[in-house]
Amino acid sequence: MLSSSVIVGASFAYLVVLFGVALYGDRRADAGRSLISNPWVYALSLAVYCTAWTYYGSVGRAATSGLGFLPVYLGPTLVMGVSWLVLLKMVRISKAYRITSIADFIASRYGKSRLLASMVTLVAVIGIVPYIALQLKAVSSEYVLLTGAHPGSSGDWYRDTALYMALVLAAFTMIFGTRHLDATERHEGMVAAIAFESIVKLIAFLAVGVMATYFIYDGWEDLFVRAAISPDLSSLLSLDVAGSKADWFALTVLSALAFLMLPRQFQIAVVENVDERHLKRATWLFPLYLLLINIFVLPIALGGMLRFPSDVIDPDSFVLTLPLAEGYSTLTLLAFIGGLSAATSMVIVETIALSTMVCNDLVMPLLLSSPRFRRWAPHDLTGLLLLIRRGAIVVILLLGYLYFRLAGQAYALVSIGLISFAAVVQFAPALLGGMYWRGATRNGAVAGLAAGFGVWLYTLLLPSFAKSGWLPMAFVESGVFGIELLMPEKLFGFGDVNATTHALFWSMFANIGAFVAVSLWRPPTAVEAGQASVFVDILKREPRGAARFWRGQAKIDDLLALLARFLGAERVRVNFSAYANSQGVEQIEDLQADGDLVHFAETQLAGAIGSVSARVMIASVVQEETLGIEEVMNILDEASQVRAYSRELEEKSQALQAATEDLRAANERLQELDRVKDDFMSSVTHELRTPLTSIRAFSELLLDDPKIDLAERKRFLGIIVEETERLTRLVNQVLDLAKIESGHAQWHDTDVDLIDLIEHVATTAGQLVRNRQAELALVLPPAVTVLRVDRDRLIQVLTNLIGNAARFVPEHEGVVRVVLSESETGVRVDVCDNGPGIPQDAQGEIFEKFRQASGSGGKPTGTGLGLPISREIIEHFGGTLWVTSEPGHGAVFSFELPQKLAVSASEMGEPT
Amino acid sequence: MRKALARQRLIACTLFAALAFNAPLLWLFDAAVAVFGVPLVFLFMFGIWAAVIAVLAWIVESGFR
Repeated sequence: MLSSSVIVGASFAYLVVLFGVALYGDRRADAGRSLISNPWVYALSLAVYCTAWTYYGSVGRAATSGLGFLPVYLGPTLVMGVSWLVLLKMVRISKAYRITSIADFIASRYGKSRLLASMVTLVAVIGIVPYIALQLKAVSSEYVLLTGAHPGSSGDWYRDTALYMALVLAAFTMIFGTRHLDATERHEGMVAAIAFESIVKLIAFLAVGVMATYFIYDGWEDLFVRAAISPDLSSLLSLDVAGSKADWFALTVLSALAFLMLPRQFQIAVVENVDERHLKRATWLFPLYLLLINIFVLPIALGGMLRFPSDVIDPDSFVLTLPLAEGYSTLTLLAFIGGLSAATSMVIVETIALSTMVCNDLVMPLLLSSPRFRRWAPHDLTGLLLLIRRGAIVVILLLGYLYFRLAGQAYALVSIGLISFAAVVQFAPALLGGMYWRGATRNGAVAGLAAGFGVWLYTLLLPSFAKSGWLPMAFVESGVFGIELLMPEKLFGFGDVNATTHALFWSMFANIGAFVAVSLWRPPTAVEAGQASVFVDILKREPRGAARFWRGQAKIDDLLALLARFLGAERVRVNFSAYANSQGVEQIEDLQADGDLVHFAETQLAGAIGSVSARVMIASVVQEETLGIEEVMNILDEASQVRAYSRELEEKSQALQAATEDLRAANERLQELDRVKDDFMSSVTHELRTPLTSIRAFSELLLDDPKIDLAERKRFLGIIVEETERLTRLVNQVLDLAKIESGHAQWHDTDVDLIDLIEHVATTAGQLVRNRQAELALVLPPAVTVLRVDRDRLIQVLTNLIGNAARFVPEHEGVVRVVLSESETGVRVDVCDNGPGIPQDAQGEIFEKFRQASGSGGKPTGTGLGLPISREIIEHFGGTLWVTSEPGHGAVFSFELPQKLAVSASEMGEPT
Repeated sequence: MRKALARQRLIACTLFAALAFNAPLLWLFDAAVAVFGVPLVFLFMFGIWAAVIAVLAWIVESGFR
């Protein structure tokens, strides 16, 4: 036992911390540095899904049905896997149209229907208030269990912990849930607190799990082996007690849908979502949270059942009694706080969600439609709005408390978890159907919801009342009026499954059936068709959205005045100024009172008072034309055509862009070629001018001075002849290169044996080497493949390479080696010298026209065209010519002619 | 392009999880066999769950924009 003062003190301290976290979250939001704009916080706040029903109830379920508690968490895991398909769409729609509750969402989709909004609200309140009661009961009864006090539901009301807890939570919710009227209805402080609570409950539960598994028992194996040999527990280790396969499947579906439809999940996942990219990380983080909080459920249940004699202690409280019995009092306290956090987080969010619905979708439409209210209403309605919100919070929490007092330990309260799930799942056809099916109509949604709710009431809620003793059991056991086919838990004889599965099947059957049938009965009205396209096409680009469907006349002053009544004049001016800026207008007064503006005003208003009331209020200050279905259809057709055109346009512009890219590349290539040609021309001119200048200079000397002596004259004439030869050679080479490059060169291919050829060149070009007192060495294999090439051209190449080498070798000790070799790829010739070598960066350049490395004399001695021509020749035959050189160690010019030039055996010896 | 691929992967992964978490696949592992003392079905259940979460995390953190 723990003393009640310790528990109350710790709980109070915890709640103070919670207030602190929420306050800090709000402060940060006001300062513009959002605490919750973070995917981790978003994923953690989603864990509001795990209530006290998870925290205590999972262990209780595991104690009777083994793994049967798991489908409740597998469903949400599956939904998160495809969150971008469903949740993303809900978030987008809600953000675009300032939707703040699930009732608003459904009503908006079906033409802002007031009837639908109030129906959804009522179903939610009926389904959820008992669930809130269950949370209060959980905390209260665990408190009683720890302190040994009297159970809360039977003692004096003013000594009841649950009442005080309800009041504290009402205060918290009022402070952080209705701090100000916000057009987005977001509560950053509250979300921060919820995320914090999610951490607390996870840590507490894991701590108890670790204690049960590793401290009381000797790890997993020990626990499972002991359970396996115990006759009572061995069945919990298999799926035999987990229910039938159909029940398992139904529970997965039920929890998946409830995860999307529960008002608190809608509030956290959709309304409080700061940035839709946060969904991304939550896709895996939230399932991970579920996995962690569930992994120790079975061990705790087994540990408790092994530790305590059967039927003495309620398995629901093993989380507390197990550490308590083992003497871990701090851990017990932590576990209690964990349960408290699970209960409070659920109550807070659920109450905010429900109070928003009650205020915006039930009370406000009622008030605003009453003529008496219109006459007496104060001009500024913001205070009244907050008052209604706060009143709704108190009423909902007190209703929850009242239900807890009345129901006590009754079956109706204990089993409310799944009953509540089954109630909110009735929204699924209208909500999900409305997001993907244009044909769904308001009447269909109303009929579906009514039918589903009716069946739920009959097959699930009333039997639970009967089991609590509030209704005669007779109608459950033998059917209404004794008609067996109408037995609420075996409707039409379908009785092979448990009550939840049974109710889920029949209610969904009735709901979906009525929804589809009535929707198909009549075509959608103009308003429904417009809203349908807005919802279904939200993920497509649609610049104007709902504003397209508005025709009429409005005055900006009327709109401003109306909004100021609900939102406060200051806030309205700020919002409209921002809107005016986004429209490129300086003053609010200069704005065009067109469909876009009216839509903007309506959306702002919808954030505060709900879309149904907003529609009514806007309609009261503007003159509207009612659009016919024909017109709406025309607008929709136009929109889809525009979409199609824009897609086409996009494709065309992409094609155009590609073409432009190609053209630009081609142009660049042309310019480059042009530049190369210009360079070539100027180089040629320059190269021609040098010899011409010296010829002219020496000729003029001879002409001007006839008295030059014979030796001098002979020298001058020698120079002139030499320069003329150089000129001739240059012109020949330029012509040659031009011919080869343009493809007009003549090629005379014959069978060439490279050994013969090299020996031949050695005798002719050898003179060049010997002129420099250098040595020419040949390294030849005995035989190589005969190739079919142009002999003269190859001689030209070899002569050129040897000539080059000869120019660069040092005088007297120069060595030029010509090496012939053959490989599988071709026949290769290397011409090596022991000259100065070629620097790495010049190795590419020397193959360009008119670029030559300085010879040993420091002055270029070639024409600068030899290597380019040689390379052209070799490449003409499909070979390659390259240089390898290390400065200081000579250079090796190599070329390789491919084997495909080889003369095949059959051609050998044939005349060419 | 990558985004579309990531979406298809997410759908495939979710479909696989939906199959693995239900009959008949899940019941195939409901045998009186223990691995390291832990019942096979428990191990399968949480193993598949963890694997699915890991794959979701990989898809979402690598491929999605």
